[in-house]
Amino acid sequence: MVILFPSKPSILACGAVAGPVERKSVFYSFFDSVIEDERWGQKTNEQGHSQMIQEACDILMKKAEINNLDVDFFLSGDLVNQMTPTNFAARELAISFIGLFSACATSISSVIIASLLTELGASELAIAGASSQHNAIERQFRYPIDYGAQKPATSQWTVTAAGYALVGKHNPEYPSIIAGTVGKVVDYGEVSPFHMGGAMAPAAYDTITSHLKKRHQKITDYDLIMTGDLGKIGLKILKAMFAQSGAKQEELDVLRDAGAEFYGDDKAFQAGASGAGCSASVFFSYIEQQLKIGRYKKVLLVATGALLSPMSFQQGETIPCTAHAIEITME
Amino acid sequence: MLFFNFLIAFIVGGFICVIGQLLMDVFKLTPGHTLSILVVVGAILDGLGLYEPLIDFAGAGATIPITSFGNSLTHGALAEAEKHGWVGVLTGMFEVTSSGISAAIVFGFIAALIFKPKGKAN
Amino acid sequence: MDPQEYQQLEQQMTPPTPYLKNVLKAFFVGGIICTIGQAITYLYVIFFNFTEQTAGNATVATMVFIAMILTGLGLYRKLGQFAGAGSAVPVTGFGNAVISAAIEGRTEGFVLGVGSNMFKLAGSVILFGVASAFFVALIKLILVSVGVLEW
Repeated sequence: MVILFPSKPSILACGAVAGPVERKSVFYSFFDSVIEDERWGQKTNEQGHSQMIQEACDILMKKAEINNLDVDFFLSGDLVNQMTPTNFAARELAISFIGLFSACATSISSVIIASLLTELGASELAIAGASSQHNAIERQFRYPIDYGAQKPATSQWTVTAAGYALVGKHNPEYPSIIAGTVGKVVDYGEVSPFHMGGAMAPAAYDTITSHLKKRHQKITDYDLIMTGDLGKIGLKILKAMFAQSGAKQEELDVLRDAGAEFYGDDKAFQAGASGAGCSASVFFSYIEQQLKIGRYKKVLLVATGALLSPMSFQQGETIPCTAHAIEITME
Repeated sequence: MLFFNFLIAFIVGGFICVIGQLLMDVFKLTPGHTLSILVVVGAILDGLGLYEPLIDFAGAGATIPITSFGNSLTHGALAEAEKHGWVGVLTGMFEVTSSGISAAIVFGFIAALIFKPKGKAN
Repeated sequence: MDPQEYQQLEQQMTPPTPYLKNVLKAFFVGGIICTIGQAITYLYVIFFNFTEQTAGNATVATMVFIAMILTGLGLYRKLGQFAGAGSAVPVTGFGNAVISAAIEGRTEGFVLGVGSNMFKLAGSVILFGVASAFFVALIKLILVSVGVLEW
């Protein structure tokens, strides 16, 4: 379902922070802050996760020269059970808060809702985004951090990162959100939690094609279509799906993936990065900055999310996935 | 002779691990499924009277893999069953112990006291 | 594209499992761990008056101790990624499963975290070990009772 935003809400500021392992990220220099300690000086990983969210929002508010009283809504989510890190960060931020869960697609679903609230006139300024902390997420979805299980080449590394965007009324000097697509939930029968890219690629394909169709656009109308965290193999699958439906090489070159690029070619990270903080920290640092300096004029950001739980996997369920997209332009 | 014993331990131990790897790669089993199967195999081999000869032959090559865990538990149960018959099958379950479990519990507890989980890549 | 077509495409795009490489790595690392176990057994026999039979328990405990150190330093995870079953199948892998879960549970306290989660991964191994021991003993007893087998 495509939603148009005729008032063109703008992304007025961004805040992106990352953990120590993310020093190895090719996007490292675009992050606002990188912390040495994964727990952010807190007692538990989950508290550290919460602290990271607060820090990203604090940086964002500092950049925009505002404080929490100026912000109308905080729209965010993470991957921990019941999203306690985000809930606890919201407690400290003291901003009207709606928690959102679209797994790793939360970075975009939150911006879509922030844009709607802005469009409606209900919000002057809203903070939207998502985050993930490696240790807190891995222990929940897979194995204990120090367990020596062999992960296949298709597995992706959950990033420790948070990315937030301040969505407000249109300002021609900032990137503006023209339209968004709320994705359907797509399930092509993938069962392995170590092959997220393969599970999510059809959802990304579905969302991108339906966005282009409803907007009467073609791929090359965009300078860049960046998916969330399909990873290296997922991106390859997505490109193959477009190639099968007749896309040419120049069209395929428009497609990039944050998860595939995040750690460069470092083999230790297997198929690349994943986690809600992956797309969020790349979209709301690197992409935003590239839009502002005019390198890109029109981009489609597509965050993909795998909607599984450890229990659903153990019960033998397949992995349903979704993807949400926003169309951003810079005048 | 000593060298020969090491070599046998290496080859037999390595071979049991290869079976585990094939269970994981070919049959796409989780480590939990793989290890559970190997433990059951160890128990059955002992029931057939085959595991003790393997230990005599391969030493640590047979006692270190998780299959020996099934073997030692079965061994305890069988010894009780032999002594006390039907009651022994039950009481055997309370007699059987494994140094692997006790050691893992003790060292797990100590580790929880001194270590923090580390999430560093490579 | 229907799910079946997609799964074909997905399979084409996914790098194949390196069976031979994985098997060789598992063989060598598993073999080396067992060789170390053999060396420890001899140490107990030579220096502490154990027999080769009684040294078994001490060896296993020592191996689990080594697994604790490696797990705590975050090295067993790396070994596991390299060796697969080579480091999972030896008793050190069982130790790693228990110890990693114990370390991780620390933040939820010693009772609810460490105690309750310690056997999250290794519990199934204990269950199937004990249960199969029970049934093997039972079956053997029956066979002996009807005169098919002798003890």
